[in-house]
Amino acid sequence: MKKELLKFLVFLVIVMAAPLAFKGGYLLNVLVFVGINTMLAIALNLLLGYAGQISLGHAGFFGLGAYLSGIMTATYGWNPWLVMPLAALIVGILAFMIGFPVLKLKGHYLAMATLGLGIIIYIVFNETVDLTGGPSGLSGIPNLTIAGTTFDTDLKNYYLIWSFTSVIVFLAVNLARSRVGRALRAIHDSEVAAQVLGVNARIIKIQIFALSAAISSLAGSLYAHTMTFISPASFGFNFSVELLTMVVIGGLGSIYGSFFGAVLLTLLPEFLREAQDYDIVIYGALLMAMVMFMPGGLVRGIPALFNRFIKPAGKGNGHA
Amino acid sequence: MLEVAGITQIFGGVTALEDVSFVAKKGDITGVIGPNGAGKTTLFNIVSGIYKQTSGSVHLEGKQVTGLPPERLARLGMVRTFQNIELFGSMTVMENVMVGMHTKSSSGILACSFLMPWSIGEERRIRDGAMKWLDFVGITGEADVTAGNLPFGKGRLLEIARALAVEPRLILMDEPAAGLNSQETLALASLIQRIRALGITVVLVEHDMELVMDICDRIVVLNLGRKLAEGTPREIQENPEVIAAYLGEG
Repeated sequence: MKKELLKFLVFLVIVMAAPLAFKGGYLLNVLVFVGINTMLAIALNLLLGYAGQISLGHAGFFGLGAYLSGIMTATYGWNPWLVMPLAALIVGILAFMIGFPVLKLKGHYLAMATLGLGIIIYIVFNETVDLTGGPSGLSGIPNLTIAGTTFDTDLKNYYLIWSFTSVIVFLAVNLARSRVGRALRAIHDSEVAAQVLGVNARIIKIQIFALSAAISSLAGSLYAHTMTFISPASFGFNFSVELLTMVVIGGLGSIYGSFFGAVLLTLLPEFLREAQDYDIVIYGALLMAMVMFMPGGLVRGIPALFNRFIKPAGKGNGHA
Repeated sequence: MLEVAGITQIFGGVTALEDVSFVAKKGDITGVIGPNGAGKTTLFNIVSGIYKQTSGSVHLEGKQVTGLPPERLARLGMVRTFQNIELFGSMTVMENVMVGMHTKSSSGILACSFLMPWSIGEERRIRDGAMKWLDFVGITGEADVTAGNLPFGKGRLLEIARALAVEPRLILMDEPAAGLNSQETLALASLIQRIRALGITVVLVEHDMELVMDICDRIVVLNLGRKLAEGTPREIQENPEVIAAYLGEG
């Protein structure tokens, strides 16, 4: 308990201090997206890393949040702070209903079904031109305001987004360590044994799918209000794969792992500007390398490397 | 306690069980034995709600529970263990038993995320309860070990501790002695008797004849999907049909 609190405080300090190192440079803008991606990676990790259920359609839930917020505020002039939780609720309920038939599927079949779901949502964004603006996007989404302060600079947005992200991290860490988190991991390891012990695997999987979708929707709303412009291209299959890569690289079943995964995968393209068209190839190679050499992700792989090579030989007591 | 009546199971034309009935009395240790392929595990999978039988009924404490899913049966007081222990391999020994307390706790996703005071209190109660059951089977020393790294014998004990954490009134054990050495089997026999002393009814499927004859009050013998005999260990040992089935005659 104390250790968890300490970890969270260290995380908070790093997050709050990071802008000092960048003094309003371009990277600060990228760090805003790291925050959004961290939320998304945590949402997917609760489903994939804890409950062991894959989703290749999470970009769709992210997009639904972004478009619901974008359309209701830009086109209909609703209050963004009202629309944001409403959108998360709607997307959560939608995922809950979709979850009933879809989460009966396992493995590849679940992957295919969620892939299809993501593609359908993407097509809807493209085709409902009157509502979404179609492929050319939706603009004029207002920035968020709190008590007269408009979040219109990178620095303000940084603190806005990371406040949300920090709360999500805190809640997700608590959830992961609770009876619900244990039930999810139990389902992951042996669904039949979990059921025999009284865990209603079916319902709990659907609940976590809905929660995961709702968090993704929240991230989408925040994305829409920071960008002020959205287009379907941000919510396609490639982004679902990118999210999956963040979760796996950071570490399945580790909340802070998702943070590291999001940091790495969001910053990486900035350092690979010249190789832009090849980014999906690089993600693929990274994913393969991680699965082969560090299946536990960075959060487990780096300490293991440290123990293996840096600790003086002979001191290790042999346990893995 | 447990009444199984007229269970028939047909798997795509193959009759795995045919009209099997038996009663396990409250407080008894009932053994289900039979040669390989007799249908013992199939019977267990039906009673514990994992398979749906072709016909027949199961009553638990007089209540009709036929076809209920395993998680409902757990809440009604029935729990089982598996022949190839089904541990949560990536979780610690302690966490495995804590999952067993799932039905005895109720904090939902929101209460757990927001660290509501009652969920914190509940977590403490879960931890204490789990410790008690680890102590009961004698593996408190391994509480923080990852379950996947446990030696098989201790894994078996962990699976039993985890099942007991559900606080069942009936426990079904599928070949609890499989894979254990003779010393571990002896310890298991006394553990099963201690479980009965808690007032828990035990039904076990077992190959180890010595264990069954030693601890069971009543024995049901299956052969080729049918009930061959039922009675006390002495009656079973003297039953010519049982002897014939085991020696492969007829």
